[in-house]
Amino acid sequence: MEYFNIIFQEVYKILFLLVPVLVSVAMIVWLDRRVWAFVQKRQGPNVVGPFGLLQSLADALKYIFKEIIIPASSNKVIFILAPIITMTLALIAWAVIPFSENHVLANINVGILYIFAVSSLGVYGIIMGGWASNSKYPFLGSIRSAAQMVSYEVSIGIIIINVLLCVGSLNLNDIVIAQKNMWFIVPLFPMFVIFFISALAETNRPPFDLPEAEAELVAGYQTEYSGMMYAMFWLGEYANILLMCALGSILFLGGWLSPIDIYPFTLIPGAIWLIFKILLLFFLFALVKAIVPRYRYDQLMRLGWKIFLPLSLTYVVLTASYLFYFNLLPTI
Amino acid sequence: MIAHSIFFYFFSIVAIISAIMVTASKNTVHSVFFLILDFISISCLFIMIGAEFLGMIMLIVYVGAVAVLFLFVVMMLNVAQQKNQWFLSKSSSDHIPIGFIISAIIFFELLIVVGGWKYKPDLVNPNNISLYNGVSNTHSLGQVLYTDYIHIFQISGMILLVAMIGAIVLTYRQREGVKKQSYVKQISRERSEGVEVLEVESNKGIKIDD
Repeated sequence: MEYFNIIFQEVYKILFLLVPVLVSVAMIVWLDRRVWAFVQKRQGPNVVGPFGLLQSLADALKYIFKEIIIPASSNKVIFILAPIITMTLALIAWAVIPFSENHVLANINVGILYIFAVSSLGVYGIIMGGWASNSKYPFLGSIRSAAQMVSYEVSIGIIIINVLLCVGSLNLNDIVIAQKNMWFIVPLFPMFVIFFISALAETNRPPFDLPEAEAELVAGYQTEYSGMMYAMFWLGEYANILLMCALGSILFLGGWLSPIDIYPFTLIPGAIWLIFKILLLFFLFALVKAIVPRYRYDQLMRLGWKIFLPLSLTYVVLTASYLFYFNLLPTI
Repeated sequence: MIAHSIFFYFFSIVAIISAIMVTASKNTVHSVFFLILDFISISCLFIMIGAEFLGMIMLIVYVGAVAVLFLFVVMMLNVAQQKNQWFLSKSSSDHIPIGFIISAIIFFELLIVVGGWKYKPDLVNPNNISLYNGVSNTHSLGQVLYTDYIHIFQISGMILLVAMIGAIVLTYRQREGVKKQSYVKQISRERSEGVEVLEVESNKGIKIDD
């Protein structure tokens, strides 16, 4: 009986986290399309519900009632597994995101490594989908994305090392608390810029959306998917984008801390601040999608390996020497 | 405690079954996927004994990077077809006894090593494990790695670097006739070099390429 109580409590907590995440994914898709439309002087989705807010819900309903088509020559088990893995991985990473000092599902010691590991596993959903479809365009798309995500993970990892040097802990809550006096965006501003661009590449957002470049590859790894399976890929992708925004706001924008540490601002709960920061970063993501043209594949690789990697490595050396020279290294 | 042992047996059974399936499955891509499952369940086992840092690094390095490269290569090679042909052909039967001999040698070597294994005294005593002294697993690992074993650590890093450079040198070949883009050159172009007005004689044409 005791076990059932514990399990019930945990399930309740998980639902309390996942349902808002899923709802906000749907809302964020609407926001993305809306921002994109406004940049191009269009209206965007504005028919279903007030301001078109229910557009994503209508889309989701449409996907649910569509037929799932599995190609005859595909590898059926892996074909079905791929969207499931994408969506699961995008959602489990939210377990360690701290919404305030106490509101975190799993306050583990290696939180940042956990997020990094889960986001590096995300490439499997795409590779599996592309390979199992047994068709040209999905396969090309998945090979591209494998190379792209692996290369940009390297620079994200090194940027995380920069932050960890200043914190001295892998716990996400400690990272947030270390920014109490100054957000890391101030001393590590170049790293924030590189992190933002790498996050665009890691989540396959434009201008790095080569895995699904519609002009060249139809829809990349999603070409053969339909109905609910396509919707799961799509949900996973946007949940990943939100996760990257959350990671960026925790690493550089002070997570759940209020921007000014004085009375009226500290009344607002930390979760609101975190959500506000995530939305701000997502707004930037949406703007980038609207205003930047797609990169060519060799330019993308050049940017990742020849520019971001040396830059972030140099900054690691700089940060470490600065902290060492002025005796600012964090103590355990 | 019951939940702990249930999880332990679950992860170890998954690890063993997937390790067997790596060698047993006909399709090479499936083998790689089973290998990934094996890596994941072993990192779960690492996390269960409190070695959270090792478990996460295992996930990041092996599953996130190494296995992706495996998958990359295996998908490109279409090994499944070749393997079947090889199994059907005559030449495969010649190699089977050699394979058995080598695996038997490795098995006995492992037996000897495990049999002669010496444990550090008091290793299993939980008071000696720094995990219980309020220091996290990552910190204690770093303290050991960067003090007592710094030379070994640096040398292994050096070996990896040399291996990486060696692999690049061995596979790199200068190809001729490849047009490369130089951003500096593109930006610093001026009208006088880019545009040229020529008189073209009728019926003779002109050669543009140099």
